[in-house]
Amino acid sequence: MNINATLIGQTIMFALFVWFCMKFVWPPIMAALDARNKRIADGLAAAERGKNDLALAAKRSAELLREAKEKVSEVIALGDKRASEIVEEAKAQAKIEGDRIIAAAKAEVEQEVFRAKEQLRTQVSAIALAGAGKILGREIDAKAHNDLLDKLVAEI
Amino acid sequence: MSTEGLTTSAYIKHHLQNLTCSIQEGHFHCAHTAEEAKAMGFWAFNVDTLLVSLLLGLMFLFLFSRVAKHISADVPSGMQNFVEWVVEFIDSSVRGSFTGRSALVAPLALSIFAWIFLMNLMDLVPIDYISLITQPIGIGHFKLVPTTDPNATIGMAIGVFLLVLFYSIKVKGLGGFVGELTLQPFGKFGLPVNLFLEGVNLIAKPVSLALRLFGNMYAGEMIFILIALMGASWVSFSFASTLLFSSQIILSLGWAIFHILIVTLQAFIFMTLTIVYLDMAHQEHH
Repeated sequence: MNINATLIGQTIMFALFVWFCMKFVWPPIMAALDARNKRIADGLAAAERGKNDLALAAKRSAELLREAKEKVSEVIALGDKRASEIVEEAKAQAKIEGDRIIAAAKAEVEQEVFRAKEQLRTQVSAIALAGAGKILGREIDAKAHNDLLDKLVAEI
Repeated sequence: MSTEGLTTSAYIKHHLQNLTCSIQEGHFHCAHTAEEAKAMGFWAFNVDTLLVSLLLGLMFLFLFSRVAKHISADVPSGMQNFVEWVVEFIDSSVRGSFTGRSALVAPLALSIFAWIFLMNLMDLVPIDYISLITQPIGIGHFKLVPTTDPNATIGMAIGVFLLVLFYSIKVKGLGGFVGELTLQPFGKFGLPVNLFLEGVNLIAKPVSLALRLFGNMYAGEMIFILIALMGASWVSFSFASTLLFSSQIILSLGWAIFHILIVTLQAFIFMTLTIVYLDMAHQEHH
C-alpha cells in the first residue's frame, strides 16, 4: 500500500478512457437517443393531427349526410307535388274527354232519333197511302194526289 | 486458505499486498514482501492494479463503443437497451447537477461511473480465488480490486482535480481564479486567511474523492478477509469449527449482498461529486 508511479499510470489511463468515451461512445449514443426522441415526438404529433383530421372528417360527413337528407326530402316533396299535379291533369283531361264522348253520343242519339222519325214518317205516309189507296181503289190517281200526300207527310 | 500453516496476520498482510514491480539494475523485478515493495520507492508500479483496471476499462469501452457503432434510433434490443439505460441514467444525473453546457462532463461521468463500478465489482470475487490462478504461475501477490489501492483512487482524483483547475482558469481567467482563492471571504486585507481557507477547500476536493472511495473499498475488502479467516481456522469436525465455517458462508453472503450496494453507491458518489466540483469550477460565485 505504497504511493508510487501507479498513480501516474492510473491518471494517464483515466484521461485516455475519458477521451475515448467522449470521442467514440457518448456522441453516437446521444445522437441516436435524440433522434428517437424526435421520432417519438413527431409520431405523437402526427397521431394528434390524425385525430384532429378524423374529428373534422366526422363532422364534415355528418354535415354532408344532413344536407343529403334535406335534399332527398325536398326531392320527395317535389315528386309528390308533381304526382298529384299529374293526377289532377289526368282527371281534368279525362273529364274533358268524357264530356266530349257524352256530347258525341248525345249528338248521335239525336241524329239516330231524327233518322228514325224520318223513316217512320216515310213509312207512315207509305202506309197511309197504301191504306188510302186500298180504300179508294182505282179512283185515286197516285200521280194526281201526290202533292196532297206529300203535304200530309209533311204534316206528320 | 492458500497455504497451510499461515498465521492470521500473515494471511491478512498477504491479501493487502499489491504486486509491486520496478526495474532495478536493468531488469524487471517484483517485490515479494511489503518491506521490499516499500524499499522500491516511488518509481515502482503496482502491476495488478494497472492490469486489472486497464482490462476493466477496456471492457467497458469495448462494450459501449460496439453498441455506439451499431446504434439505431429504431426500437432498441438487448445490449443496446442496457447501454441506453446506463447512458440515460448518467445523462439525467449530469443534467440534474451540472448547470453549464459541456461536451466533456457527461462522458467523463459515464467513464468514471462505469470504470469505478467495474473495479469495485471485483470485490465480489472470493478473495482466495485469484491466488488459485496466480500462485501456480509464480505470482505471489495479486490484488484484484484496483480501488483498494490508493494509487488508483488518487490517480483518478488527480485527473478530476486537473480538470477542475483547467475549467476554473478557463471560465474565470487566471486572475479570476487567483482572486477567488485570495480575495474572499474576508476581502483583500485578510489575504493569508483567505488563501488558507480557500486552499484547504480546493485541496479537500481531490483528497475527499480519493480517500472516500479507497477507504470504503479497503474496509470492505478487509471485512471479506476477516470473514474468510473464520473458515480458515478449521481444525476438525468439531462443533466450533463447523459453526465458524457455516458462519463464514452466511456472513460472506450477507456482506457480499450488502457490498453490491456499496459498489454502486461509491461509484455513484465519485461520479456525482466530480460533476458537482466541475459545476463549481464553471460557476462564478460570490
